[in-house]
Amino acid sequence: MATSWLLKLFLCVFLMACGGLSLPSEEAETQNTQRDTGTGSSSNATGDGGHGAVAIAALRIVTWKWHHITAPYLVALWILVAWLCKLIIESNHHVTNVIPESVLLICFGFMLGGMIWGADKVQTFTLTPTVFFYFLLPQVILDAGYHMPNKLFFTNLGAILVYAVIGTCWNAASLGLSLWGCHMGGLMGDLDIGLLQYLLFGSLMAAVDPVAVIAVFEQVQVNGVLFIIVFGESLLNDGVTVVLFNVFDGFVSLGGSQIDAAEIVKGIVSFFVVAFGGSLVGIAFGLLISLLTRFTKNIQIIEPGFIFVMGYLSYLTAEMLSLSAILSTVFCGVLCQKYVRANMHEHSVQTVKYAMKVFANGSETIIFVFLGISAIDKVIWVWNTGFILLTVFFVFVYRFIGVFFLTWILNRYRLVPLEFIDQVIMSYGGLRGAVAYGLAVMLDENKIKEKNLMVCTTLIVVYCTVIWQGITMKPLVTWLKVKRAEVNELTLLEKMTNKMFNHTLVAIEDISGQIGHNYLRSKWKYFEEKWMSRILMKPSARKKQDEVFNVFHQLNLKDAMEYVAEAERRGSLEFIRKESVVINFRKKFESEYSEDMPDMRANMSNGHRATSTTRERIPSVSVEMHKHTMKAMTEAEAVNAHHLLDQHLYKSRNQHRHGFSRSDFIINKDEKEVQEIFKRTMKNRMDSFQSAKMGVSPKTVIKHTKNEHQRKMPKGKSISQTKLCYSCDEDFEFSEGDSTSGYDLPYPSFPMRDSRPGGGIENSAFVSDLNPTDSLQTPDWLAEGELDSSMVAPSLRGQASPPSSPIEMRRLGLLRISTRSTDTKQMNNDQLPLPPTPPPPPPPSGHM
Amino acid sequence: MGSSSSSRNKIPNAQELMDQTGFSSAHLLRLYDRFECLDRDNKGYLSPDDFEAVGGLAMNPIGGRIIDAFFSSGQDTVDFSSFVWILAHFRPTDRNRNKEGTQQELPDSRTRKLKFAFQLYDLDRDGKISREELLQVLRAMLGLQVTEEQLQSIAERAIQEVDLDKDDAISFDEFKKSLEKVDIDTKMSIGFLK
Repeated sequence: MATSWLLKLFLCVFLMACGGLSLPSEEAETQNTQRDTGTGSSSNATGDGGHGAVAIAALRIVTWKWHHITAPYLVALWILVAWLCKLIIESNHHVTNVIPESVLLICFGFMLGGMIWGADKVQTFTLTPTVFFYFLLPQVILDAGYHMPNKLFFTNLGAILVYAVIGTCWNAASLGLSLWGCHMGGLMGDLDIGLLQYLLFGSLMAAVDPVAVIAVFEQVQVNGVLFIIVFGESLLNDGVTVVLFNVFDGFVSLGGSQIDAAEIVKGIVSFFVVAFGGSLVGIAFGLLISLLTRFTKNIQIIEPGFIFVMGYLSYLTAEMLSLSAILSTVFCGVLCQKYVRANMHEHSVQTVKYAMKVFANGSETIIFVFLGISAIDKVIWVWNTGFILLTVFFVFVYRFIGVFFLTWILNRYRLVPLEFIDQVIMSYGGLRGAVAYGLAVMLDENKIKEKNLMVCTTLIVVYCTVIWQGITMKPLVTWLKVKRAEVNELTLLEKMTNKMFNHTLVAIEDISGQIGHNYLRSKWKYFEEKWMSRILMKPSARKKQDEVFNVFHQLNLKDAMEYVAEAERRGSLEFIRKESVVINFRKKFESEYSEDMPDMRANMSNGHRATSTTRERIPSVSVEMHKHTMKAMTEAEAVNAHHLLDQHLYKSRNQHRHGFSRSDFIINKDEKEVQEIFKRTMKNRMDSFQSAKMGVSPKTVIKHTKNEHQRKMPKGKSISQTKLCYSCDEDFEFSEGDSTSGYDLPYPSFPMRDSRPGGGIENSAFVSDLNPTDSLQTPDWLAEGELDSSMVAPSLRGQASPPSSPIEMRRLGLLRISTRSTDTKQMNNDQLPLPPTPPPPPPPSGHM
Repeated sequence: MGSSSSSRNKIPNAQELMDQTGFSSAHLLRLYDRFECLDRDNKGYLSPDDFEAVGGLAMNPIGGRIIDAFFSSGQDTVDFSSFVWILAHFRPTDRNRNKEGTQQELPDSRTRKLKFAFQLYDLDRDGKISREELLQVLRAMLGLQVTEEQLQSIAERAIQEVDLDKDDAISFDEFKKSLEKVDIDTKMSIGFLK
């Protein structure tokens, strides 16, 4: 399935115009072969190719082999069509703001189904349970598990389980019994459905559907607790649904008379086996994945694949053992996420993240489109007003009753009670979806005479909940003023304090002598750190596990990227290497804008947000500062010219490095080579520094090697190698950075960008940093080599304020951890009364 | 333990404590039992040693600070009412009660909870978290994986983030402001003290 996905992207433009209309006629030809397999299986496509039977009269150069590729071709085409639908829907956000995407996809499904119907007079393509349960659902579930907010999930696990187990049982029982009661009361006319069959129907209708819930709730953005409860319930109730469905299916087969207490006990036991067994299978696979990723260092390229294959296997294994497959996959994802993220290379982690989203989102789209298509089928439409309307009504009402009753019980034990509004949304979020439909289609027509009525009713319930509740959810949430999810801005103090709260709570529980939630959590954490991490995590990764430190690292990374993006727009990143330059500029800048800082911060981040809507709010003081410092440099064109020139000079080398390789996409991976180059560079620079006094600078050499080892520069953000000397040139640390935390891949422009106005300037930085005292003298020779670059001026001025104290020096050294934090630090210092003793800068114009 | 009324009598100022802290008498009783259990020599008060005897606290990286928080400055004993008063900070905020508009601020209010957290940082109790104080907390909580320089830059940055008046320290107002979005009610509350 996945293999042909890439291909379609190219077909995409080509088929855009004719895709929708021409498909049905094509499909009509193949209806017979496709009738049973739907879209997913390709098993029978090869069988009826029939080329062996035809005698070949003459050699044909081109032959029409539609039958060879029918099935995979149709699969690919359908995926394409479904995704094109999504493309069309998402191209206009005015519509999706009002009507959720899932609803629109179903409507597209109606239209496509109508076309097929019009062409074939029979529904050729429907969503078959096989395709749905084995090919579409797993990735959605795996994605849900892998991206599960673990802490939130486990904090609310009790509530989730209550809703998932008791709530689902309640839904099933109440719906089945009520329908049966109404049947007995004569509201439905003449139907051949017994009590057990009603209960079977109730059990397949009971489960809240994860796909539908994700689709609707992701757009509404309610607060985390509310979301996790509805979402977690929809995932975990699968165990219950599977058991209920199987048990009642068995009961229906057995017939009412055969059922005795023993069978019922077996049914209850099977619930525990299915649910816990499924979870255990998932946990086992999660552990396996985590262990595997410890050892995939040498096959980084296929590292991400393990997650998918093992995740899928966990699903299939559970299915094979007739355990709950969804639970298995969810727990597999939940368990492995932490270790996988720590063990794998950062690129692989990104790959998994995005590939997971592609798969999940893709199959979600397909599911909804096919839910729509499936509706256009005359066979399943059996109308029974009483049955259908009552089902819709009961599903809705009992959901409300169940949620309110269970919440009432839960609230007596919850630290933060769920409010009335939350309960309304939870009840309203009880969407039924493709799982129910899949189960309904799986019903055996021989045992249940009214199967089509049930399928039809299921579809109507699905449409009612997804379409009607989906559309009204957003206005309802707004109207009820439900607490929305707030954008989480990471700040260090917050994280620190959170951590401290945890410790405090544990301590207070200790002191007050009771075993509570926090106590258990701290015990688990202890166990996890002591055993699980040790076994499942690389030793090197284990060191980086601290939360506070992670936040720190994330913040720095974000800043660095912002910084690069922002600065690149203006020219080169020359000045980044010499923090002194920036400081100086900032000072000048501050004198120009003598507002107070908080104000400025607010203004700037506002302005910034306006330009980049998708980003989170950025703690962007320093970035913004740089933007303005760059503005201050008036001769940007000259810089650009240089930039371009240098880029072209070094390009050939880069291209060579970028050559195609299936397994190695990391440029210049060879650490030793880099080291070697670096050493040579340093030596050259030392030479150049010494010869500088005589006014001779071995410029070409510098440039050359510069380019070479700057490739490593983006990787220099790593924190692991930070013990280098404080006062040396930035290049030093950057080229020393280990390759595990590289960021060159997501930004392919990095190696191209590394050209700079010239090698001379760094030398000056190098010199000035080494000998802060005579920094004033050195620039002169540099300026000679750098005649028309406007960058010289700032850099010269920059050297005017060398680190003036040991502490200052140390902060400069810290730049390799955080560009921004150092900058802001510096900025702050500048604001403080203690003035660094700035020697008078040489007038920049003198060097022009 | 005798009947509830008789054992309640042995608690000094029970009624007053209940009013001040919002604990019910059942809570108070439970806490009083615990208090007596901690007070090994039946002194009628607790000393730092009594706290240190609690098993889990020794492993807690900020255990010492929390013990300190029980003792007002200069004293090395804590009696039952102070003990309860401190623990009352960890009650989940009582919505109904606050709505009634009681005059005195209960210890479970948001500000009090924050203040408590703040004092865990503020060792010298000068109303400001200095860089050094922040560093000490970090050192205790982050452990050995992080180098001293990294700790310093983390502390540096943490201060920078919230330091509005640029005095290189975090005042309570700044602290409060920076944690505005944090759900203190949930994070500084313990379920069973409800």
